Amino acid sequence: MTALTKADLAERLFEELGLNKREAKEMVEMFFEEIRRALEDNMPVKLSGFGNFDLRDKSERPGRNPKTGEEIPITARRVVTFRPGQKLKQRVEAYAGTKS
Amino acid sequence: MAGEPPGVQMALTKSELIERIAAQQTQLSPRDVELAVKTLIEEMANALAEGGRIEIRGFGSFSLHFRAPRVGRNPKTGASVELHGKYVPHFKPGKELRERVNQAMQTESSASDSESSGDVSVAARTGS
Repeated sequence: MTALTKADLAERLFEELGLNKREAKEMVEMFFEEIRRALEDNMPVKLSGFGNFDLRDKSERPGRNPKTGEEIPITARRVVTFRPGQKLKQRVEAYAGTKS
Repeated sequence: MAGEPPGVQMALTKSELIERIAAQQTQLSPRDVELAVKTLIEEMANALAEGGRIEIRGFGSFSLHFRAPRVGRNPKTGASVELHGKYVPHFKPGKELRERVNQAMQTESSASDSESSGDVSVAARTGS
């Protein structure tokens, strides 16, 4: 199965809600941009029925260049993590059931 | 010292997200925006529920990771239970999202260079 993309999502808005193609494309862009903007502002995002995007601050830790073996510290950084909601987890698990 | 970032704000919820998008819209009514956001979330959930992947350039990709079957234990009785393998949703942030989020933190920390001396004075105050 090929992956769902922004173009596919815009197509669904066009088909299901009758947005015109430009509106649909813009809506998809805005949706992801507003989520990015919130995360950039250190604000977690909670989408019920889907999941939560959280932020974690990681302190510097020792690392290694796997090719050369050279030690290089991995700098402190903020990362985004995703925690799927109960409903999504259950739906995805149900899929595993149909496959096995 | 990994953990909760300092100064965490309230979360952005679906309804707040709808409001923020609606505020920038000249063409679509708030009701249309609401329907659109709900449709987008539903389509994404459907794709994963059907075993598919999602790839959003500049945002990230969602895929399913397999969790192997294992023997678990009922913590109350100690009886072992077979747990079958299952899929769990996984998100990998894309380059733009990673960079923007991280850059924001670097800017914050350079803006609060006096933080450590501030901490010392707090410690001194609590100590007295």
